[in-house]
Amino acid sequence: MMKKRDLYLTLGALLFGVLLLALLDARLPAYPKRIFILAGIYVTLALSLNLINGFTGLFTLGHAGFMAVGAYTCALLTMSPELKEMNFFLEPIVPFLANIQLPFLPALIIAGIVAGIIGFLIAAPVLRLRDDYLAIATLGFGEIIRIVFTNTQSLTNGALGLKGLPRYTNVWWSWGLAAITVFFMVNLINSSYGKAFKAIREDEVAAEAMGISLFRHKVISFTIGSVIAGIGGAMMGHLLGAIDPLMFRFLMTFNILLIVVLGGIGSITGSVIGALIVTITMEALRVLDGNIDLGFMVIQGKPGMRMVIFSALLMAVVIFYQKGLMGHNEFTWDNLFGLAKKAARALKTRGKPAGTSDSGEGGGQ
Amino acid sequence: MTMQLFFQHLANGLSLGSLYALIAIGYTMVYGILRLINFAHGEIFMIGAYMAFYLMSLFFLPWFAAFVVALGITCLLGVGVERVAYRPLRDHPRISVMISAIGASFFIQNLAIVLFGGRPKTMSVPPVFGRVMTIGGIKIVSITFLIPVITFIALAVLLFIVNKTKTGMAMRAVSTDHETARLMAIDVDKIISITFAIGSTLAAIGGIMWGLKYPQLLPVMGLVPGLKCFIAAVVGGIGNIKGAVLGGFLLGLMEIMIIAFLPALSGYRDAFAFILLIVILLVRPSGLLGTAKGEKV
Repeated sequence: MMKKRDLYLTLGALLFGVLLLALLDARLPAYPKRIFILAGIYVTLALSLNLINGFTGLFTLGHAGFMAVGAYTCALLTMSPELKEMNFFLEPIVPFLANIQLPFLPALIIAGIVAGIIGFLIAAPVLRLRDDYLAIATLGFGEIIRIVFTNTQSLTNGALGLKGLPRYTNVWWSWGLAAITVFFMVNLINSSYGKAFKAIREDEVAAEAMGISLFRHKVISFTIGSVIAGIGGAMMGHLLGAIDPLMFRFLMTFNILLIVVLGGIGSITGSVIGALIVTITMEALRVLDGNIDLGFMVIQGKPGMRMVIFSALLMAVVIFYQKGLMGHNEFTWDNLFGLAKKAARALKTRGKPAGTSDSGEGGGQ
Repeated sequence: MTMQLFFQHLANGLSLGSLYALIAIGYTMVYGILRLINFAHGEIFMIGAYMAFYLMSLFFLPWFAAFVVALGITCLLGVGVERVAYRPLRDHPRISVMISAIGASFFIQNLAIVLFGGRPKTMSVPPVFGRVMTIGGIKIVSITFLIPVITFIALAVLLFIVNKTKTGMAMRAVSTDHETARLMAIDVDKIISITFAIGSTLAAIGGIMWGLKYPQLLPVMGLVPGLKCFIAAVVGGIGNIKGAVLGGFLLGLMEIMIIAFLPALSGYRDAFAFILLIVILLVRPSGLLGTAKGEKV
């Protein structure tokens, strides 16, 4: 059970968070605000990938596919009939979608459900595989989804994509979803299901011997991850205002993977911090994509420099700092106070090194 | 469909299959030794093609010299990738190595975008490879005919190295068991480097011939063929060189033939390989020529 002190602290932090969001929403200029919203969406997406990759130990690379499913479902449900007619000028849209228009929330939920169904259908055959084979097969499914979307002209408008999506996503939607996802994940990970996921990650054979149904838990984890990815993808579509199949290439999965690895594979706190760092740095590094004058030559705007730095960063993290920022650790109030006490003690007895905090794995909130 | 058209497609399928086979061999060799999907292999293939292009157009080397130098550079790159991205992680969980491999792949690809530019480059095809020949009423460009020939020569050399030389014996030993191989006084790191060198050279040969057949070079050109060739290696039975060749030909022929007979499906071209992969993994996970291994506890 949560201690009384922790409960108050958590409530206080929540209140503070809401106030901070309100402040940022009111004061931030349009461009930084957009990036802040994007960071919230990446928190959600990173958590969904972390659930499958980090907590259950299933190395999947098909995340962009589920995001695409969610984004397209939500977009087709929220666009007005006139807008759809304007978008689908090559081939008319299939009749059953032509006149549907739903508010954002039900559309989001349906997007999550559809992505979850697709995830469930894919999970059944694919989760019989392991390690590298699983990775390459999920990558394959992600690509197949994208290729299908490129070719189904009357359903998804093919390579042209959908434009003029209503821009529903704001600070509250994106960070509200992120907060709900964090809350859900913390409870899931501390439940018997979460413990089973971790057991599967650590040792499948031992987990099975303990009576954990491997296949069932893997499917559950994969499906939940797909649902959240679908909702995240839908959110992203309604932030950017336009979606097309090229958006959901392997690169998208790579970005999310980078966040998860940087934050720590198997840490909720890590994913949140990682999402903020990666999203903001990615934007800050846009400078590199512009013209850089080296004196003897001018490097033209190269839209790859940013990614060069980022892929080098990913490799450096994996090679030199394998655990990421957080490892398997989580933020807890106990850890925070422990850290503060240690820091105080270190200040008192100057000269002695302050030991690193060895916090317990996945404690209460 | 007339007979001539069929043979035309057959020739194209065989030549695409040969290219896939050459690249798939690199995947299968590396996987056999390190149990690692070398995601950067597709990028090495791309660099091979670009090096040949630049050596011919910037340094005005005659084509054979350009090709040899390009093979050398690409081979060094492959060995370098292993040194930097894989060797420090030798004893780490496989998931870390795989992430590092993906990182290496994106690094090379984006570096190529920065260095070579994102716009397509057109490879100048030397006349020997660009001649149009007429054999029994079928018109084919000579490169289409030369690709399978070169592939078979390369394959023969490779099989000789693996099966008849001492290095090849060491490679087979390392792929069976690192520790035991080390006890037999085999320098495991050196053998792994040699494996990467051979795999990368074959990928470079594939890349150059790809450039001669489809003369548009793009920094992202390695991504899709790379994935497909890994699939070819899995289909044939990963770790098995002959399997990789079989898988490559199967995939190449399948792709060309399906589009030839069912043009409506041409938009789904890149999906065929993945569908084949999933079917194979579900029906025969060890691949066509692979041997099933029990799980060790």
